[in-house]
Amino acid sequence: MNARLLPYVLILPVTLFLGVFFLYPFVLVAKLAFVGSEGLSLENFRDVISYWKFPISLKNTMLLAAVVVPVQLALALLMATMVNRMEKGRDLVLYIWTIPLGISDLAAGIIWLAIFEQSGFLNSMMTGLGLSDGPVNFLSYQNPGIVFLAIALAEIWRATAIMLVILVAGIGLIPKEYYEAAEVFGASPWQRFRRITLPMLRPSLQTALILRVVLAFEVFAVVAALGGTLFPVLMGEIYAYQFDLQNTNAAAALALIVLAISVVFTLIILRALRVPKGATI
Amino acid sequence: MFSIKSLAATAAILFTTAPLQAEVLFWSTQARPVEEAQAMREQVLSGFEAGVDYQPNEDGPWLTRLQAELQAGSGSIDLLGALHGNFSALDPETLMDLDDLGVASKSETFNNLAKLGTDSLQYIPWMQASYIMAANKEALPYLPEGADIDALTYDQLIAWSKAVHEATGEAKFGFPAGPKGLKHRFFQGYLYPSYTNGVVRTFASDDAVVAWEKFRELWEHTNPASTNFSFMQEQLLSGDAWIVFDHTSRLAQAFNERPDDFVAFPAPSGPTGRGFMPVLAGIAIPKTVTDAEGAKALLAYMLKPETQIATLKATNFFPVVDVDLPDDLPPSVKAAGAAVAKMSAASDANPGLLPAGLGDKGGDFNRVFVDSFERIVLARQDIRQVLDDQKGQLAAIMEETGAPCWAPDAPSEGACPVE
Repeated sequence: MNARLLPYVLILPVTLFLGVFFLYPFVLVAKLAFVGSEGLSLENFRDVISYWKFPISLKNTMLLAAVVVPVQLALALLMATMVNRMEKGRDLVLYIWTIPLGISDLAAGIIWLAIFEQSGFLNSMMTGLGLSDGPVNFLSYQNPGIVFLAIALAEIWRATAIMLVILVAGIGLIPKEYYEAAEVFGASPWQRFRRITLPMLRPSLQTALILRVVLAFEVFAVVAALGGTLFPVLMGEIYAYQFDLQNTNAAAALALIVLAISVVFTLIILRALRVPKGATI
Repeated sequence: MFSIKSLAATAAILFTTAPLQAEVLFWSTQARPVEEAQAMREQVLSGFEAGVDYQPNEDGPWLTRLQAELQAGSGSIDLLGALHGNFSALDPETLMDLDDLGVASKSETFNNLAKLGTDSLQYIPWMQASYIMAANKEALPYLPEGADIDALTYDQLIAWSKAVHEATGEAKFGFPAGPKGLKHRFFQGYLYPSYTNGVVRTFASDDAVVAWEKFRELWEHTNPASTNFSFMQEQLLSGDAWIVFDHTSRLAQAFNERPDDFVAFPAPSGPTGRGFMPVLAGIAIPKTVTDAEGAKALLAYMLKPETQIATLKATNFFPVVDVDLPDDLPPSVKAAGAAVAKMSAASDANPGLLPAGLGDKGGDFNRVFVDSFERIVLARQDIRQVLDDQKGQLAAIMEETGAPCWAPDAPSEGACPVE
């Protein structure tokens, strides 16, 4: 085989796969979003944006991402550094920390529901310890703060590991020589972390953040399990349009809005964490 | 990793739903819980000689595959089982006319609904249910003085829930306001008919304001976690709720597990009677059917009295044809059957019909009521203002679909007006 052609032949299956199962459906969805009752129009977008729950679900989605992602970033960095320092049992710890990754997000939501609900584990524990007289309704419309906290906790528990694995791989790539040199010059651990680990980790951080932020805008099952109808998010509204209202066009329009938000944030992260030209590890 | 996961899931779905050639594929939205689906297969469908591949699904996937087959012009689904609302969202053109089968329900009302606005039967009524009230027996001592549990009024229900609340310190009325809960049916078939003698015409009337005020009062004594409740049998069994409203089959588990602990009773009445509403499921054959003869044979089999009784035991949905009910029925069926019978026979009964003629706007219609609930009760917005605001949405739906009024609204010529 011609050596110049070989790479193209090798990526052909993947390209075809993406074309058929991603690009083609995407074009169809985009088309659906712009088809109104009288041909091409922005009618669907007007409909979904003017619905009274749209601003609330937009705000909730953003707020959740803004709270969850930084906490996850900090936790993942901490955990990755710890794992990296371990000599024994490194793999075991890593496996345990990544267990939540293998659990579907709905299952994760239900696990946390079992903890927080009225007859759940938290309530029985508090009653057992004599901290409360009777079961408390944590997840009720009267406590929007606690509902938010429960969702944020479940999300942090569930999805920190995805950043962790990327960062662990990234840290592993940083040459030991930098650290040795820094130690020779008397750099403290904190200085080494700030001056070596963080800058060298940029490409991994970029990937981890993009992946996590995009996933945060798609949050759905955990919210549905814990918040019910109390905490509307964009993805939940898309589901409602598609399956409750059977309005595929409006669902497609809202999906494109979520896509647009994801693209904007991806660009921001790409720009903010770009690796300067010529710089390599 | 995600793509591998989803591939595996897809493969699993493909293998489990791969149609077995000889069997009739029964594609259903009913009897979804595993136990019910298993009971359908083992006790109801096993008597059908050709064999049945019974596949229950959530509404979304159910519709998605059906539409894919209809759009492709060929398919492997032979028989459709779903609620009236599922069918009315379909284009009647996509379903076979079933008049020549010679089977129908004993209720003319149901048969008319099954025509979906055309001149011929688009689906055959299959089974029916309703919504009732149920209570933990521990709540009975708190019934207001002089109140008859089989003829409660909304005021008495509120007083009862209040008494329980004060005595136990917990709000113990339970309402299925969760994401999968059927709260909209309570407003459409129970609260509105009982207070306004209508649903659409009276949506924003002064009587409707009173109805919502009453519901707000009841909400004071409703378990605040109700916004997460969808199957009230769970909260009855856990004790989180003592007095509840729900679909008969969503209460069944409580009665079957602990028959001596709970009572079922009719829905309460308001100034304009005791509003209540049926649930109707039907069977249809899509135009893209591969085995039309097999599908028709299975349909006829489903309507036989023996099959209907087996279906009742399996799903807690009642027969739509004349049958003699045996004595060995599960406790849930006995309790629900008695409550529904009392409700229908009540002197102030005000039966409503299922929304008809809304086409694929059924979901939008429900959303008007759900949104009103969320704004009035959860967000505590001004009732008059919310109703006037939502009224516009309702009127737009009625005008767009041209759906005429259904009971208890007075009949209309053309689209049902929102007054």
